[in-house]
Amino acid sequence: MSQRRLPVVDIAMGDAPAATSAPPDRSGVLVRLRLTNATFRGLTFGASITVLIILSGVIIALVEGSLPALRHFGFGFLVSERWNPVTENFGALAPIYGTLVTSIIAMVIAVPFGLLIAVFLTELCPPWLRRPIGIAIELLAGIPSIIYGIWGLFIFAPFLQRTLQPALIDLFGPIPVLSNLFAGPPYGIGILTAGLILAIMVLPFITSISRDVFDAVPPVLKEAAYGLGCTTWEVVRHVVIPFARVGVTGGVMLGLGRALGETMAVTFVIGNAHRISASVLAPGTTISASIANEFTEALGDLYTSSLVLLGLILFVITFIVLAIARYLLMRIERRIG
Amino acid sequence: MTSIDVSSSMRSTTPIVGSQAGTAGNLDEKVSVRGVDFYYGDNRALKSISVPLYDRRVTAFIGPSGCGKSTLLRILNRIYDLYPNQRAEGEVLLDGENILNPGQDLNLLRARVGMVFQKPTPFPMSIYENIAFGIRLYESLSKADLDGRVESALKRAALWNEVKDKLSQNGLSLSGGQQQRLCIARTVAVRPEVILLDEPCSALDPISTAKIEELIDELKSDYTIAIVTHNMQQAARVSDRTAFMYLGELVEFDTTSKMFTSPVDQRTQDYITGRFG
Repeated sequence: MSQRRLPVVDIAMGDAPAATSAPPDRSGVLVRLRLTNATFRGLTFGASITVLIILSGVIIALVEGSLPALRHFGFGFLVSERWNPVTENFGALAPIYGTLVTSIIAMVIAVPFGLLIAVFLTELCPPWLRRPIGIAIELLAGIPSIIYGIWGLFIFAPFLQRTLQPALIDLFGPIPVLSNLFAGPPYGIGILTAGLILAIMVLPFITSISRDVFDAVPPVLKEAAYGLGCTTWEVVRHVVIPFARVGVTGGVMLGLGRALGETMAVTFVIGNAHRISASVLAPGTTISASIANEFTEALGDLYTSSLVLLGLILFVITFIVLAIARYLLMRIERRIG
Repeated sequence: MTSIDVSSSMRSTTPIVGSQAGTAGNLDEKVSVRGVDFYYGDNRALKSISVPLYDRRVTAFIGPSGCGKSTLLRILNRIYDLYPNQRAEGEVLLDGENILNPGQDLNLLRARVGMVFQKPTPFPMSIYENIAFGIRLYESLSKADLDGRVESALKRAALWNEVKDKLSQNGLSLSGGQQQRLCIARTVAVRPEVILLDEPCSALDPISTAKIEELIDELKSDYTIAIVTHNMQQAARVSDRTAFMYLGELVEFDTTSKMFTSPVDQRTQDYITGRFG
């Protein structure tokens, strides 16, 4: 290495003559490049189009499979509570009701819990505790639903039967409307238990999405609020949550989508009774639980077709929920920029 | 590369405090910064800074990027406290009481020492609510009184005429300059004693900047103001005292006219004449 530093300009424009041989023939290379590029395009296009094909295949199969039931019952299928395999008289009201009610219970519990956890993680949590709780939340999301089902049936449901359910019956017994809502013997299993299990299952979704949108609130905005003399509660209530409102709603919708379709865990603990009870302690059923339970024993075209029609209804409900979620997420992305 | 001899001038750690710095009338020290060190983790960003902020005067802090002027401002309302690995040592007296005391109530302190940031930070709510929000934190007023306070704060910030017909619109719908004046109005509305301005005009066009400078001039009859700025003309226009900081040290502090006409330190001279920074 020479001690003398050459000025930069000397290196760039050295007076050594540049290679001046004739340019090589590039046509062969160009053909090859064009070919690889076309293959690459074709592969990406093919992979993407496969998704569309699969999706339309599913829809066509669902519609086709449900046609016999649709023709036989018409729209009465949606509003009928009957479910009698012997007389082949089917209606979807009980499973639809169970699906919606368990999902609502799950949301009513999981949304406040998830928001509280997200606020704690983003605003209050000491740094050393942030990671353990974050990891625990992610692990909760990773537990297979069959494990929730077994745990729900053998441990959670008997526990509720001994503790929460008798307490609820005693507590609300004397109150007119609520006594119907919490009536009946404590079975352990039932709509409420399914809702609670679902709440645990969707909690990680709501928490992690809320945490991400809370983190996206510009620090300077929070500083401005603290700078006015706000407490943490006031900053969260008036600045963080309004700013993150749309994103949180998107997270809630994704959680709701999961709650609506969840099968295994619910099937274990809901009791699988095709009826609509006023009491949330009574057994019920959901769309996915009915299908999972009865598909193997469905004899006759009308029975099978009714189950497929149930699937189509669930598909439509979930699609609407996800469409709303997409729309809300799109709006927050546009706002954050 | 720079035209000053850095190695020799960096050795002097005692700032030059001009002989006229505290003269010209009976000046009260509203805020006294005394021997303050500041750390980002292990990184010492401020080195025993001592500087007064006089009551109802504008003090400008100038210096190249990273010299610690914003850091100093963030100590005065302890906003740095939001971040776990930042800490300040020394004494900052507000009306004679050390605000670095662990027992200091931070919400109260921040209500007394308001802050306006470099980028406008309207809250995600209506223009009216942006102002009323801060007032409601500490006072419960009737609707009429609250309306009056919001109006006077907006007038104070020279924004009333532009927004009086759209108070229910979102604060984010205003232009950048208007948003910044909204933030100043919000700060004023809480009736603080000290206002900290952290490069309040750096994101604004010349017209909005002129409006905000006018505003600072009016506000100083009621408030003690500290302003951080990169714009030397601005410092010269709006301030009574100027402090020049360099590499985490206070190099020189004096009346603004003295600082810009006959600074004592060579580095101050070089900076204000634009030879480095």
